[in-house]
Amino acid sequence: MIGTGNSVNSITARRRHPLARYAVVALALGLLGGGYAVAAPGGSSADAAIASGKADDVAQGKSLFVAHCASCHGMNAEGTAKAPTLVGVGAAAVDFQVSTGRMPAADAGPQAPRKPLGEWATPQAISDLAAYVQSLGGGPTRPAAEQVDPAKGDPAKGGELFRANCIQCHNFVGAGGALTYGKYAPPLNPATPTQIYEAMATGPQAMPVFNDSTITPDQKRDMIAYITHVRSQVDPGGSGLGRIGPVTEGLVAWIVGLSLLILAAIWITAKKRRTQA
Amino acid sequence: MDTTPKAISGVSTFLDDRIGAGSFLKRNMRKIFPDHWSFLLGEIALYSFIILLLTGTFLTFWFKPSMGEVVYSGSYQPLVGVQMSEAYASALNISFDVRGGLLIRQIHHWAALLFIAGMMVHMLRVFFTGAYRKPRELNWLIGVGLLSLALLEGLTGYSLPDDLLSGAGLRITEGVMLGIPVVGTYLTFLLFGGEYPGHDVISRFFTIHILLIPGILLALISAHMVLMWVQKHTQMPGTGRNNKNVVGAPFYPAFMAKAGAFTLFTFGVIALLGTFAQINPIWLFGPYTPADISAGSQPDFYMGFLEGSLRLMPAWEINFLDHTVSLSVLIPALVPLGIVMTGLAVYPFIEQWVTGDRSEHHVADRPRNNPVRTAIGFAGIAFYGVLWLLGANDEISANFHISLYETTIIGRFAIFIVPAIAYFVAYRICLGLQRKDAEVLSHGVESGVIKRLPHGEYIEVHTPPAQDIADHIRGKAEIPIIESGVDGEGIPPKGARTALGRLRAKVSEAYGTDHVPFDEGHGHDEHAAIGAGDQSDGHRDGH
Repeated sequence: MIGTGNSVNSITARRRHPLARYAVVALALGLLGGGYAVAAPGGSSADAAIASGKADDVAQGKSLFVAHCASCHGMNAEGTAKAPTLVGVGAAAVDFQVSTGRMPAADAGPQAPRKPLGEWATPQAISDLAAYVQSLGGGPTRPAAEQVDPAKGDPAKGGELFRANCIQCHNFVGAGGALTYGKYAPPLNPATPTQIYEAMATGPQAMPVFNDSTITPDQKRDMIAYITHVRSQVDPGGSGLGRIGPVTEGLVAWIVGLSLLILAAIWITAKKRRTQA
Repeated sequence: MDTTPKAISGVSTFLDDRIGAGSFLKRNMRKIFPDHWSFLLGEIALYSFIILLLTGTFLTFWFKPSMGEVVYSGSYQPLVGVQMSEAYASALNISFDVRGGLLIRQIHHWAALLFIAGMMVHMLRVFFTGAYRKPRELNWLIGVGLLSLALLEGLTGYSLPDDLLSGAGLRITEGVMLGIPVVGTYLTFLLFGGEYPGHDVISRFFTIHILLIPGILLALISAHMVLMWVQKHTQMPGTGRNNKNVVGAPFYPAFMAKAGAFTLFTFGVIALLGTFAQINPIWLFGPYTPADISAGSQPDFYMGFLEGSLRLMPAWEINFLDHTVSLSVLIPALVPLGIVMTGLAVYPFIEQWVTGDRSEHHVADRPRNNPVRTAIGFAGIAFYGVLWLLGANDEISANFHISLYETTIIGRFAIFIVPAIAYFVAYRICLGLQRKDAEVLSHGVESGVIKRLPHGEYIEVHTPPAQDIADHIRGKAEIPIIESGVDGEGIPPKGARTALGRLRAKVSEAYGTDHVPFDEGHGHDEHAAIGAGDQSDGHRDGH
């Protein structure tokens, strides 16, 4: 509206140029690719460094520990009346609890829930903290990237192990379930492969420990392969209805199915009322 | 016969000339059916049953009812190489490798849910309108039988795929059978052909599911329909309707068109559900092994009340002469089922005994006009509903963050308290609705016109209700009460002398007493006009 008639016409003409659409696509692709290259996490090299222990900083970890953990777990992780000792729980336990947001715990409920991470809880900070706790008395370490790679696992074997060991609390598809005294088995959907591995290795909260002699690292990887495969699966039968089984199916049958049919019945039998003579 | 449409008379003549059935056909095609939306609820079940027969037949073409072990090699990757029963493998095959198989499986399962849900709402309609009264008690009993059989049909049906979820149901079935005193173990070994789970139960359930129960269902449904046809459908009270006539539209063409449309609606809704809503994803559950069990294992909804009663029950057992009687299994398995099913079956006869009413009823009651019956019905719904809800207490606990034990403890109280509250609330609502009816009859309905009287008062003009509405309301039938009063010499009538007789008289009085008699004496026409001062006071008081 603002420019002269000429310039509007020339812009319109350029926009309708046969090559214009290719230019737009190329521009969009360029922006997308460039943006991704800038924004993408350069994770692999840092991960490798952490896994090999080179980037760990026990001293840095200790100061983080004092700032965020010591009020409950004690200045030297010796434990207090409020919380257990962390000597010997290992880096895997620290990584699981802190990276899922369960620790630092918000309040003393029956179970610490998964929650968004605090700003300080960067991967580097968690790694430092884990290194510090590991230095206190050993324990399970964080799994290497290839130990939790779903592509290297056998989902069918993992499924059998999953059904035998996990579903009585976590449900068929890892949708979670109730436990006693307000505790619960959380849904597995938000958990990363590393977190799943660490949970098995350390047995957080109400969960039992599945150590390497009970379930070997290879079997753990199979289970991770099954869990991640099933949760990323598109439901072939339509909407999965929360994948929690017949409860939601029954609700849908009554609320959707029966209501629609009753509406149809009302419609079919509806008739105009005879007006008074 | 001038009024007979050609489509009927032509066919009738053709058949009459050959098999002499013309007049039968002519008479029945013109059969009158009364119209009300709630009269179509039973048809949901009927048409769902047809879908079940059709889709079930399709499924049998590929399903292998065998517990023989195979190693899966179909197209569902996460189970490839897993050992499983042939039944489960063939159900997976239907879901993933048979063209349209998953759709048909899902339609079959949704149709099963709507079959039973349809039966339930139909039965509630019959109950609340008193349509089970003489002469329809036998048809009511057939209905109760159909519902019980349908539950069994469902249980055997969802056990067939032999997935881990259905195995949980099978295990409970075994537990309940084992809980039966004295013969429990023998019955269990008979059903499973040996130690649980054995190798026979799937093929036995298959025969029961596809042959025995559907056969009985088909026979009973036919009897149900024939009886309904012969006895004629009940009608809601209204203009010109009484116990000796049926007011409605003829079967051909009006009712036939409506029923045909409703068939298609039922097919359509079930097909939509089968297409867009996943049901019983057996591939997610995995194959059944007796060692595995999942959190959130639930039965299909119609078994939910039994699941709930099992979850609510305290762990009681009796040891008697070295035999254990597991009350913790027996009571929840038998008592709620007994209360619901037996209660439904005997209700028409108990009501007859209480009211002493032996007359025929073809005009249905509006639920409000028999408040005690309606309240009992709602108490029953509440009882069933609490059990049903508590059958899902783990899902409630997990999804709403309520402690699991708290749900159980609340349920143990709620199962007694909530039905009592439901009874009271339903009873009061019925009386309130009756009062509203009485007001409509005696004062008319608000016309929306406000008039100002010469001395300045404002009143709202009421007009008499439309004739059909007034007749509908006046259809309220008196509920008979048995004689209990003493005669001239102070002697109560013969039946009321025993304790049971006195109880019967008391219950009868409570059941039949009309708390809101219609008071049409002082003429609603006057009220319809602006009326004098004292009557307009009455308007504002709303009596």
